[in-house]
Amino acid sequence: MTDHKPECPIGGCEPPATIGGTRREFLGAATAAMATALTGCGTLSKEEFLQHNFRELSKQEVLDVIARLEKEYQAKYGREVKVANTPAIPGVIFGYALDLSRCIGCRRCVHACVKENNQSRDPEIQWIRVLQMDKEEGVNVQHADAYYNPEEVPQEGHFYMPVQCQQCKKPPCTKVCPVGATWRDKDGIVVVDYNWCIGCRYCMAACPYGARHFNWGEPHLPADEVNPKTHYLGNRPRPKGVVEKCTFCIQRTRNGQYPACVEICPTGSRKFGNLLDKDSEIRYILENKRVFKFKEDLNTQPNFFYFYGV
Amino acid sequence: MRLPTLSTLAAGLLILLGPAVFADPPAAKPLSGTKVEGPAAPEGLQVPSPPFSEGIFPCTSCHDGKSMKPNLKRRELTDMHTDIALHHGPASRWCLDCHDANNRDSLHLASGEKVPFTASYQLCGQCHGDKLRDWRVGVHGKRTGSWNGPKQYLLCVNCHNPHTPRFQALKPMPAPTPPEQIQTRKGGAR
Repeated sequence: MTDHKPECPIGGCEPPATIGGTRREFLGAATAAMATALTGCGTLSKEEFLQHNFRELSKQEVLDVIARLEKEYQAKYGREVKVANTPAIPGVIFGYALDLSRCIGCRRCVHACVKENNQSRDPEIQWIRVLQMDKEEGVNVQHADAYYNPEEVPQEGHFYMPVQCQQCKKPPCTKVCPVGATWRDKDGIVVVDYNWCIGCRYCMAACPYGARHFNWGEPHLPADEVNPKTHYLGNRPRPKGVVEKCTFCIQRTRNGQYPACVEICPTGSRKFGNLLDKDSEIRYILENKRVFKFKEDLNTQPNFFYFYGV
Repeated sequence: MRLPTLSTLAAGLLILLGPAVFADPPAAKPLSGTKVEGPAAPEGLQVPSPPFSEGIFPCTSCHDGKSMKPNLKRRELTDMHTDIALHHGPASRWCLDCHDANNRDSLHLASGEKVPFTASYQLCGQCHGDKLRDWRVGVHGKRTGSWNGPKQYLLCVNCHNPHTPRFQALKPMPAPTPPEQIQTRKGGAR
C-alpha cells in the first residue's frame, strides 16, 4: 500500500541536524501550502493531508489522528465528540436477518439510522432504502417503489423489503477501490476510511444493492443532532466528497449492542447476531427458516439474509 | 530519548489492551435504554410490564369478590369495559376464557392453572404454539439489549392487543427525497 504514499521529503530524508528545525518548518509550511492549493480549500491541515491509509497507521499515529479529529469536531460542533477505534471481537462474524413477512414498511429503521449515524440532514442521506413491492410480483426490483407515502402502512397487496449494505463476503465495492480506502474487516463489516477516500465512486458503481452514498455537498449536520458516540470507521461526521454506507452500527455492535435499526423496529422484523455462535438467533433462523439472499446469482455472498418468519 | 519511547510503549500497551477491554463488557455492563419494570416472568426471562390501561390494575380493586359477585354468564358488557372490542375469535371466546373469575389479578390457562399477567405468553402459546416457540428463540417478536449478553423480551401483548390481535397499521415516516427535488444550495455546493 505504500505505493499510494504521496512523494514527500519529510521523514524520507533526514535534514542535517544543524539546520533541521528551519528546514523542517519550511517544508511543513510548503506542504500545507501545497495541500491548500491542491484541494482548493484552506481547511485541510498538513497532518490531514499527510495522513496515510488507516490500516497503515501505527498505534501512536492512530491515537494522534483520533485526537486531531476530536479537536476538529469540538471546534466545528461546539461539543465533545468521542471517536472510538474499537477493534473487531475475535470469534465474531456479524450476520443480519430481516423477516419479510413481518416488515410493514414504516421506515422507523431508516430514521433511527440517520440519527444514530450522523448522516447529512439536508439533503438527507439515508443508508436504508425500504422498497414497496407488489405481492403478485414477489421480489422484483422493477416493481419496487421507494417513495411510497400512504396514510398508513402496510398497504393492501404489498410487502416491504428494506435494503441496506449487505456486508458481502465477496464485496465488489472493495475490489474496485483504486486506493484501498474501503475493506472488509475481521468481523465481516465492510468499512470506509473517509480520510483516505478520494470520492471516485467506483464502489457505488460496483455495488449491486445501491448501498453506498456520496456526499455531493458539505454534509449538513446540526450541532444539536450530532451523536457524540462515534467510531473512526463508522458514524463519525463525514466530510464533503466521500462515500459512506451502513456499517452494522460498528460503534454499537462492537460494544455488544444491537444496531439502531434493530432496536427501533416495532415489529421485531430485524435480527442480528454472531454467525459463529451456534446458539444465536441468527443461526437459528438460518437453520430453521426459509432464507434467501438478495441477488444471490451475483455471488457477492451477503451476510445479510432475508427470511420468512411464517 | 528514553521518555518518548516509554510513552509510546504505554500507548501501544493501551491499544493492545483495547480488544480485551471491549471483548468483555456486554455481559458486565448494565443495559442502558432498556426498561425493566415489574416482576420478572418465570423462566428468568426479562420482560417489561404489560401495557395495562391507566388506573385499571389491580383488577381486584373492583373485582374483589365481595362488593361485586362474579357473573359467569356470557353477555355483552354495558356498564364497564365497553371500550374493549373483542376481535379475537368473538364467536367462541369471551372474557373469562382467559381472565380468572376467582382471582381477577391473574389469567388462567385452559387447564385452569393460573398465570400472572407477566407470563401471558403461556396463555397465547396454548393456541399459537409455533409463535411461542419462535418467540423463545428470538425469531418472532422484538428483543433488545445485547446481541451477546442479556436480552429483554417484549411480551406478546406489548405488540398485539390481546382483544384485537392484528398488528395495528402505522403512519410511515418520511420517504427519501426524490432526486429531482434535491435542490442545489446557494453558493453552488456541487
